[in-house]
Amino acid sequence: MWELVRANQRRSRLIVIGMALLLAAMGYLLGDSFLEGQGGAGLAIALAVWGVLWLITVSAGDSMLLSIARARPIEKRHHPVLYNVVEEMTIAAGLPAMPSVYIIDDPAPNAFATGRDPRRAAVAVTSGLLERLDRDELQGVIAHELAHIKNRDVLYMTTLIVMVGTIGILASMGRRLFLFRGGGRRRTSSAGGGQAALLLAAIALLLMILAPLIARLLYFASSRRREYVADGCAALFTRYPAGLASALEKISLSPRRLAAANEVTAPLYIVNPLSVTRAGLADLTSTHPPLSRRIKILRSMAGQAGLTNYDEAYRKVTGRAVGVVPRSHQDGRVAEARAAAPEAGDPRARVRGATDALWRLQNFAFIPCVCGTTLKVPPEFRGPALRCPHCGREHEMAT
Amino acid sequence: MVVLLVLLGLLFLLIVWAIGIYNKLVRTRNDMQNAWSQIDVQLKRRYDLIPNLVETVKGYAQHERGTLEAVVKARQQAISVSADDLARKAQAENALSQTLRSLFAVAEAYPDLKANQNFLALQEELASTENKIGFARQYFNDAVMRLNNLVQMFPSNVFAQVFNFRTGTFFEVEEAAQRDAPKVAF
Repeated sequence: MWELVRANQRRSRLIVIGMALLLAAMGYLLGDSFLEGQGGAGLAIALAVWGVLWLITVSAGDSMLLSIARARPIEKRHHPVLYNVVEEMTIAAGLPAMPSVYIIDDPAPNAFATGRDPRRAAVAVTSGLLERLDRDELQGVIAHELAHIKNRDVLYMTTLIVMVGTIGILASMGRRLFLFRGGGRRRTSSAGGGQAALLLAAIALLLMILAPLIARLLYFASSRRREYVADGCAALFTRYPAGLASALEKISLSPRRLAAANEVTAPLYIVNPLSVTRAGLADLTSTHPPLSRRIKILRSMAGQAGLTNYDEAYRKVTGRAVGVVPRSHQDGRVAEARAAAPEAGDPRARVRGATDALWRLQNFAFIPCVCGTTLKVPPEFRGPALRCPHCGREHEMAT
Repeated sequence: MVVLLVLLGLLFLLIVWAIGIYNKLVRTRNDMQNAWSQIDVQLKRRYDLIPNLVETVKGYAQHERGTLEAVVKARQQAISVSADDLARKAQAENALSQTLRSLFAVAEAYPDLKANQNFLALQEELASTENKIGFARQYFNDAVMRLNNLVQMFPSNVFAQVFNFRTGTFFEVEEAAQRDAPKVAF
């Protein structure tokens, strides 16, 4: 399992190379058609656009993502359970450092991970997730996110999305040029050359139309594949596939649209934050596998928790002959090591924990009253004392 | 001349391959040692948390002196066993888990104690530390398994012999019932 990263890399390299070739072909053909036959120049421009975009995204992507999602960093005192669970899963996954923890104030249950390097990663969860999930389920979700970090999915998906974006830009540019200049300048040397140029222009036009589509489908397919693999890793880390399965069930029953998510950030979340259940063709154009299928696979692992077991369950549920986990890295069956949770935890306490975390993030002071009420005092409160609304006791404010 | 070049090329490939195997052995052994230090950190954390817990519980549940003393004794015992004897260490730590579990079971009978913020925080910390021990042990045992495979299987076993890599010992939990240890509902 621990070399899964490398096997993933091999397959990923193929996809990245494929996309890079697509990108290069577009650049070349655009240059050939519109830069007076200088394919090389077009190629250079295409690669430069891609390189610049990639550098920007990779260097600033993390903080951009977190701020787009309106995620706020927490410390242990804000939400001890979440912090502890992240720490537990860091140990189980064998990550070199604990990711920083963020909370998003949103009732839709969701979570995402980011960080191009496992040493400097972050994981963010919504308050809605904290309210709904018990500890085992939270472990499952966090394990899934840390699996993304461990498998370096963030770097890979960022690289791909930037390529998809660049291909999109080039294609729309190309289509416009074709419209306005009708296939570009032709070389007038000979009849044969003219024909070849015409053929090239036709190929270029076709590519301008098809390439963005192909790139997108490739991107979606590898995104879905990585979701499956992260599910499998989560089962292995927790040795308890039912935890993640039950978390996904709860999530599937909740409203899912996140206020602060968009098409670019969507693939990073544990479930798609944009779409509510779609079916049919949507399967091909979705960044996430259908939730029902992910749950079914996890549920049919039957007391086992290894990647081999996940792959078997995947093949059984989807009816496909080829599995999703690279064959070389299925290191046999691993028994599920933990019995189902005897405690579900008090749901009211969970809601309280999640909202308290949000209060604490806004620097509210917590004053416990003898009557059992906890007074939450806003930081701008300046009075010398405060009366408990329940029992009327006076509480002096510490300066 | 050509034959010589081919031979040199083959020799070069052989050396690269050997370095790869050697590095893999070293990486796996380091991984195992890191995993062990993670277990160690969590065990120490648990030793540190217990005196606080005992003090807190004492204030509310004077009648449970027997249970409290059992916890203190099990903690002493676990600290005194050196990690060189992994089997005995594991046994002592498991005994400590057991006594903690009964302490938290007893606490159920004291509503005031269960409403105490300090107690609740300690309970969460201990439950999580228990989980961390469980997960660290899981990772450690996986690492031991990988190292042992390398040390015993051909061709890496040849290198393991030459460079004196030894198999590791699992940090085992013997009884099936104790496999649920991380799941305890404190």
